[in-house]
Amino acid sequence: MPKITYITSDNKVHNIDVDNGLTVMEGAVQNDIPGIDADCGGGMACATCHVYVKEDWLNKLPKKEDGEEDMLDMAFEPKQNSRLSCQLIVSEELDGLEVSIPTKQG
Amino acid sequence: MIKIDALIIGAGPTGLFTAHQLKLIGLSCEVVDNLDKIGGQCIELYPDKPIYDIPAVPECTGEELTNNLIKQLEPFDINFHLNERVDEVKSQNDNWFVKTSNDKTFLTPNVIIAGGVGSFEPRKFSPKECEKFENKSIFYSIKDKKIFEGKKITIFGGGDSALDWAVELSKKSKVNLVHRRDEFRGAQSTVNKMNELVKSGKINLFTKYQLINANGSDQVQSIDIKHDDGEIINIKTDYVLGFFGLIMQLGPIANWGLNIDKKTISVDTEKFETNQKGIYAIGDICSYPGKLKLILSGFHEGALAARACFKLARPNEKYRFEFTTTSSNLLKRLGKKD
Repeated sequence: MPKITYITSDNKVHNIDVDNGLTVMEGAVQNDIPGIDADCGGGMACATCHVYVKEDWLNKLPKKEDGEEDMLDMAFEPKQNSRLSCQLIVSEELDGLEVSIPTKQG
Repeated sequence: MIKIDALIIGAGPTGLFTAHQLKLIGLSCEVVDNLDKIGGQCIELYPDKPIYDIPAVPECTGEELTNNLIKQLEPFDINFHLNERVDEVKSQNDNWFVKTSNDKTFLTPNVIIAGGVGSFEPRKFSPKECEKFENKSIFYSIKDKKIFEGKKITIFGGGDSALDWAVELSKKSKVNLVHRRDEFRGAQSTVNKMNELVKSGKINLFTKYQLINANGSDQVQSIDIKHDDGEIINIKTDYVLGFFGLIMQLGPIANWGLNIDKKTISVDTEKFETNQKGIYAIGDICSYPGKLKLILSGFHEGALAARACFKLARPNEKYRFEFTTTSSNLLKRLGKKD
């Protein structure tokens, strides 16, 4: 099972096994990782599952679909390595992915 | 004080259909919403996006769904209190006393929370210093555009609000427009207009910049913005406007003594009642085993909560189940029969 590393804003490192097919957002929510609100439930209709992806992973991830960048305009402190974690589907290729959670979503 | 059988908090699809159900079974109700328009997330987040999973409606946009629900409410005269947030809900004898941000008060045995994920509030600038300038030189909405005449204005954002105001205010003010990337998500025609104004020197455009600091004692005097590549520049400005869309905040709901977990309210699946008698939660804001955050679930939850309201609003009457196809009572209420 792929391992995803979530780093919360207090710098705590959470290594979590996430089932293939779940999103990085769902992996966080189901394992009570604080800081991912996912208000809209994964519909790319809010920006509260915003994460920063570790730089060396940026190009290995699926490209942003239309609309993700628009939602990121509304995220808290978006950066170049910002993604919506609801749009990242976990697979073997994502094993070892590291994401950091912003200090807040709102 | 408004005395009614049920008060609905939230004018999204779930709240609207629940109003229909309450009126259909003969109860009075009114609706309060913090937004300035009816429709909730459907109208605020995806008015133009098609929805494909409303039963018997193969495809409709958030706006169309809202308009259809409003049309379905036409037979009933329902009072909407928009632009108002419910701030207080407290028990008073066998009723709930409810107070809004505009000091409107209600007394009702039933409060139905159909609040989505809370109330929409503008997303604010992140630097801490911005708070002290809020509503003095930093604004997230515009009430009186006259105060900006002849001033230096810096607008942040890339959507329609940011662009529309940049275009409008550039007529009488010096406008800087700052956005975190090169692409704008506003309507193409507005983007074109903005680009023309940039060319003719009416708008100063800064892309790939974000706000990092606001300087000044009482009023903002200048701001620092930082480019993606690290360069920081200082801009003199009298006013700063941020248009980053709206975010949902649970807000005062958290203070009403309800069982809340991860921004949702626990309910039973018979009445969709919370741990407080006569307070119900339906739609995206409620949680129970198997909860699906779908609009259709909200409709079901609202229909059942409405029947539960009947018991508290009419303790001496027995609720009788009826179909709209055959019941002359219901047809009368719907205005289909004299």
